[in-house]
Parts: sequence; C-alpha cells; structure tokens
Amino acid sequence: MAQRLRVRYAKRGRLRFTSHRDISRAVERAVRRADVPVAFSAGFSPHPKISYVGAAAPTGVASEAEYLEIGVTREYDPDRLRAELDDSLPPGLDVLDVVAATSGSLADRLECSAWEIRLPGADPALAGEAVERFNAAERIEVERLTKKGMRRFDAREVVLNLHAIEGGETTAGQASSQSCVILRMVVRHATPAVRPDDVLTGLRLVADFAPPSPPEVTRLAQGPLDVHIGGPADPFGPDRDTTRGGETGPAGEHVDGDL
Amino acid sequence: MSVESLFPRLEALLPKVSKPIQYVGGELNSTVKDWDEATVRWALMYPDAYEVGLPNQGVQILYEILNELPETLAERTYAVWPDLEALMRAEGVPQFTVDAHRPVRAFDVLGLSFSTELGYTNMLTALDLAGIPLLSADRGDDDPIVLAGGHAAFNPEPIADFLDAAVLGDGEQIAIAITEVVREWKAEGSPGGRDELLMRLAESGGVYVPRFYDVDYHADGRIQRVAPNRSGVPWRVHKHTVMDLDEWPYPKKPLVPLAETVHERFSVEIFRGCTRGCRFCQAGMITRPVRERSITTIGDMVEAGVKASGFNEVGLLSLSSADHSEIGEVAKGLADRYEGTNTSLSLPSTRVDAFNIDLANEFSRNGRRSGLTFAPEGGSERMRKVINKMVTEEDLIRTVTTAYTQGWRQVKLYFMCGLPTEEDADVLGIADLARKVIQAGREATGSRDVRCTVSIGGFVPKPHTPFQWAAQADHETVDRRLKALKDALRGDKEYGRAIGMRYHDGKPSIVEGLLSRGDRRVGAVIRAVWEDGGRFDGWSEHFSYQRWMDAADKAGVDVGWYTTREREENEVLPWDHLDAGLDREWLWQDWQDAVNDVEVEDCRWTPCYDCGVCPTMGTEIQIGPTGKKLLPLTVV
Repeated sequence: MAQRLRVRYAKRGRLRFTSHRDISRAVERAVRRADVPVAFSAGFSPHPKISYVGAAAPTGVASEAEYLEIGVTREYDPDRLRAELDDSLPPGLDVLDVVAATSGSLADRLECSAWEIRLPGADPALAGEAVERFNAAERIEVERLTKKGMRRFDAREVVLNLHAIEGGETTAGQASSQSCVILRMVVRHATPAVRPDDVLTGLRLVADFAPPSPPEVTRLAQGPLDVHIGGPADPFGPDRDTTRGGETGPAGEHVDGDL
Repeated sequence: MSVESLFPRLEALLPKVSKPIQYVGGELNSTVKDWDEATVRWALMYPDAYEVGLPNQGVQILYEILNELPETLAERTYAVWPDLEALMRAEGVPQFTVDAHRPVRAFDVLGLSFSTELGYTNMLTALDLAGIPLLSADRGDDDPIVLAGGHAAFNPEPIADFLDAAVLGDGEQIAIAITEVVREWKAEGSPGGRDELLMRLAESGGVYVPRFYDVDYHADGRIQRVAPNRSGVPWRVHKHTVMDLDEWPYPKKPLVPLAETVHERFSVEIFRGCTRGCRFCQAGMITRPVRERSITTIGDMVEAGVKASGFNEVGLLSLSSADHSEIGEVAKGLADRYEGTNTSLSLPSTRVDAFNIDLANEFSRNGRRSGLTFAPEGGSERMRKVINKMVTEEDLIRTVTTAYTQGWRQVKLYFMCGLPTEEDADVLGIADLARKVIQAGREATGSRDVRCTVSIGGFVPKPHTPFQWAAQADHETVDRRLKALKDALRGDKEYGRAIGMRYHDGKPSIVEGLLSRGDRRVGAVIRAVWEDGGRFDGWSEHFSYQRWMDAADKAGVDVGWYTTREREENEVLPWDHLDAGLDREWLWQDWQDAVNDVEVEDCRWTPCYDCGVCPTMGTEIQIGPTGKKLLPLTVV
C-alpha cells in the first residue's frame, strides 16, 4: 500500500435510508468501476482496504460528514479520486473532500458531531421550552436497545449545545413545505453513543415533548472539538498540504454562526 | 394523463419499516422514462421480497428489452414486507414501482414472473394494494392486463381466475409482440375495451387467456375437458423459444442495488434448456432444446457486465453449466482474463464427474478451495435409475476423492426425498453414500479434515414432466424417512461427525404440490389463505401449513386428491391444453420407463428419443463448439 487517502462523503435525500453495510458495498463497487488502484488485504479472501472511520450515521439519518479511508497501491491525486469516486457513486452518496493521510489517526480526531433535527409541524414554543428544560437538567437518563441489549445511560452531559430555531428551508434534499422547528446541537462522542433520537427521548422525558411527524435528522459535521466555535473543527486540518493554505475544509461551515 | 410520484407519501412511512432502502429505487443502471412519452407501460413484478426479486434474471432481461423499445417504459415492483403493507393500508398508499414510484394500477400491463408457486399469495397482496380487483372478471378498462410468466405459468390454472393472461416460455420476443398488440389497440382508441384487447392477444396463439376457456368436470372431480368458449381462440397455447441467444445478449447493464440481495454477482446465462432428461426436473423438460450462447458472446457479456456493475463475482448460469460444449475454454479464458483482479467466477449447477473438478480448480485459481457441490439426487443406484440421474456410486466416490486430494475440504451433496417408488432403504442409502465419501476422502488425503454435507429437498411432482402422473409422498412418510436418515448419521461413531445434514420437513412440499398440479378449483384455497393473512409462503417464518389446510377445508378442496393421488394415463390434466412441446405419449412412456428402472441418454450425444419438442416447436439443438477462444482483455 503506497498511500492512504481520507474521504469525506455525504449521504443525502433518499439515500439516507442506506445502512452502513449498504454504503460499504456501494463504495467497493464504485471503486472497482472507477478503476481506482485500491490495495487489497492478503490471505485467502482478499478485501479492498477501505475502512470506515467513526460511528456511522444511523439508517434513515442523512449526513454531510461521514469519513472513510482508502489504501491505494500507487500515489493517487486526492482531487482525482474525489471526482472519480463521486462520479461512480450513485447521486446521494456524494464525495465532498479527499486528502492524503499524514500521521495521526483520523478516528482520534472525530471527537464530536454537529447535528440538525428538523421537526415538521412541531410547535416552536413547546420545542423552545423543552430545550430550555433539557439544558437546565444535570442528568437525563434514557434507555435504548443496543447490540448489547437494553442500555440505560445519561443523554445530557455530552450534549454541548442544544437550541431550537424556527425554520422552513430545506436541507439534505428533504423538502418540507410546512412550518418546522429545527434543533441544532453538538454532541461529544462517547460510549454508548448519544444519538439524536436519544436527545429526542430526553426532550420527551423532561417536557413531554413529542414531535407530530418523523424527525428528519442530518449530521452536519464531525471533528475535533473546537472550544472557540463550540463545535467540530475540520478533521482534515492536520492532513492538508501547507502549499494549499488558501483552501480550508468545508467541515463545520453549517454550524458557523449558529453556534 | 400524467401520474404523480408516490414517493413523498411513501417517504413518511420509511423511517418506521425494516430495511427501507429496498423501497427507494435508484439502482445503478435502472431506468426512469418520461411517462407521457410512452404509449405502452409495463410494471414488472417479481412476487417476492426485493432481496430475492431484484437479482432475478428474467425480470432484468425484460426490463432492459422493454425500456429499449421506443414509446415503451417498464418499471419494477416487488412484494412489500408486512410492516410496510400495514402502514400502506393505514395511509392509503397503493402498490408502487421502485423506479419512479408510480402507482401500479396506472400501467397498461402488470407482468408477474413466477419461478415458484409460493409467490401466489404475494400477487394477491400486490393486486389488492394496487387497487386492482383480485378477479379478472371484476376488472375494468382502467385496470392493467395482469399477465403471468415464468416456469409456474406452465400450469397457471390455480391462479387462472386472478390472471388476465399468461405466457409460456422465453419472454424476450413475446413481450415485444404483446407490447405492439397493446400499442396498436390503444392507438385505435381501445376499441371493444379490455375484452377485445384480450381477444387480440389470444388470437395470436402465443398468449393464454384463461377466461376464454371453460373447464368441465366429471362427477368424480376429474376434468372432463378444457375447451375454448368462443371462436378464434386456439385449442392449445404454445410456449415461446428464443433460438439465437447471441442475438439477445441481456442483461447488458445489470441492476446494482444498494440493498443487500441474495445474489451479489453478475450472472450470464451460458445456455438455455437441458436434455439430460432428469425425470423430476420441470425446468429441463419445459426449456428444451439446448441453445448455447457462444464463447465470444459470453466473454463480451462478462466484460461489459463487470465494467457496468462493479460486481466482483461472475456466475455462469444454466441448468447444467459444465455441459456447455466449450466450457473448458470459457473457464480458462475467463480465469486468464480476470487473474489478479479479485474477480471470482462461479459455476452453479454442476454434474458429478472429474471434469468438473478441473473446472472448479480453474475458477479457484487465486482463491480458496472451500466447498464443492454435486447433485446425485437419489440415495441408491435404483433410485437414480428411476429419476434418470445417470451417476454411479463409483463415479461419485471417484469424483469426490479427486476433489479432496486436490485440496477441497468440504463437499456438499444434494438429494431428494419422496421420489416415486422410493422406499426407506433408498433414503438410508444417502447415509451409506456419505460414509463412503468420507472414508474414501480420509484414505486419499491421509487426513481426517474432510467433510461432507448432505442437503435434502422434498420432491414435488411437476406438470409437463414424466412424473406429472405420480403420487406425491405424504409428509408423514417423508418426515419418517428423514428422521431415520438423521438417526443413522447421528448414531455413526466413525463417520457421523464428518457428515452434516440439512433438510426441511415435508409439509411445505405438500402445499407446493397442491399449487403445482392444481386446477382452477384451487384458486379458492389461495384466496382463502391470503384473506387469512397468508404472505411470503416461500419463507419458513411466514409459511403456515395449518392455514393452507384450513383454507382447503373451507373451500371444499381435498388436498390429498391433488397431491398423493396417482393419475391414470387418460385423465385430462389441468395443463393439457398448454403446450410445452413435449409429446404426451413420450412423457407417459418415460414414466413407465422410470418405474422399470430404464434410463434415457442425452440427445445431444445420442440419437433423438422423440420427446417431441423440436418438431412441434420448429426448433433444434444449437450447440458448439465454435472453435473460438477468449483473447486477453486489452489493458487500458
């Protein structure tokens, strides 16, 4: 393996219904169609060296910031990979950014996620009040069925910033015409992970707040926790070529200003 | 009139169902055409879950051929799981296509591909969700023509009341012909409504329209006769045969799903038909004669298909793939082309002989030699003569020993239970065979690290085969024999632990038998089962034997009469008016030969034995060799 390339990709619109396994098959095939010189593991059943970094956005949740790493057998231009892989993947699985890996683990840099939860038809006043109570609480115990069975854990402490705004615009290709409440938050990654649906459970527990229709959830960014912006910074920062200093990563652009 | 996408309404339901991606569409190489620019619109359904239906070759071939026609569009629809069905009913969302999420009822033709009878209840769910009346007689001019194809359509009588039409045989050319009949009729302003359209299809002789045939019964329940009830309708409807597979190199662009499916590979049919003459095998009887695809077309299709899909496995399909006249060259050529690319090749359906080991070795050049599968089908020499599976015990032991010595560690052997004339000893013979296989394997390799799995399916007599007259074994008998076999293997201290056994109980085979050889009176049972909640009968977790038996009672249908009763030579069978080309007298003679342990050779290498297909259908065997070779692919 000559090089490792780090890829930031989005899952948008209808393709938010893909599972992690679906994406992994789609990427493997896209890489083959695009003739990317991907490295393979040794042994009886060789597998392409593609690894997924961080906890995948759950099935049904859209994302602007999922990460994977591809090992290639010869030096490969990151911009070329970005274009070729994006062309080869179905629309909705979109490759946003590719960098050549330098030292350091990408997984270690994914400390927190910024999330957006759109709640079509929800009452802004009730949502605001629920958020206030949530933020005022010290601990909010929720239960969720995980792979290890029913787990009970605190959903409050790792939520760094939660607020509600009113909105009607669209994100991630999901059209919504009616009035809508938007929750934005930054959540520190922990075990077990606190997911957006756990925060919604928390809102129900503290304020009996329940959205009238299925929430539309999008992960906006992942990265190292930047205390100045109160959210994730660009995890590719350390990898970026200093000669391309003018270009900064798009990670975090959705949360700037709002947080 | 344009048709709106149902997706926004469906989308609201998807967060609440399992594996939502299967309903989303957008597969690589799928096609969405403009609704208004098409004059004939097909909805193609494989009546099982998406994960089973998507890889189906028949649907993919017709989908591509129809979408290539001008002013024609084809979309796909599959059976929705019960969780989504409940939500669709609650929210009033009708059956949709996955391509553009259009309502199925808006199409001109709903074409259903039945590889198995166990999809019948799923058809009723789809019709009902679509808002299409279940009975053909209740449908109006706004409803699609409900058309069945696939192997089960060779006896569509149990679902005759639900169908408007059925076609037998290869679909490529008849689908186009039907499209043109529909187009012409619509261009004329749909004269005479639905009835005239069906009449035009029936008159052609290539489409069976059940409503134009009356069935009369004897007092004892047997069929007296099946006859057209209006002039212009042919007495018999014939199957369709595509003669030159090189002219029909489909699928060219295989569908690549996002959801996980049962076959994650690019499949190329290397030939159609089989004349080995296995008497239990409906596919071998109804798809005659053998028509090979040439080595060069196979090579071109594999190259284009792998490029267009990104699949890392290629399957060379047919009923007995090692029988292709140039399979050795095909295997070597493809193995050379794809060496070092991590593209694997597979050859399902292989015979028991040493040549197959060479092929398997070729295909596993850079991979692991894990398991090989052979299908002796019968446990004793006598049983194999009855079913005309010409494999001797020596052949089998020699072949399997070769496999073990060449590094294969696991051999899987397929058998059937409940075959005509079968006795307990024939099934126990499977245990003897498995023991001998392990014994020979240990001796040849000097190692105890050899395994054998016997996999046993229940035999179901099928229409258009020599066994169409046979009594099906009752499920108690099948279960008793399977238990005796299991005990014999389990009690074997020396070899038992090296032998695995896989089987199903005998009850589902009885239901399959009822549906396979049923007549129009069985339709009431299917409907009653569906009304009682029957869905996905091919899935053991959804199948309920009791539900089928209760429904049969309710409908006054004697299941035993349809399944375990042996028929006499002169009994009119429900499918006698449907012509697969097989001469009825030959079938009867072959049935008599079966009972007398008389074997029949393959007509590809020995003189014609007059099964009747070629002269009746105007077809002939088409096999190589062409003498051509696969050249290396040029590296870009």
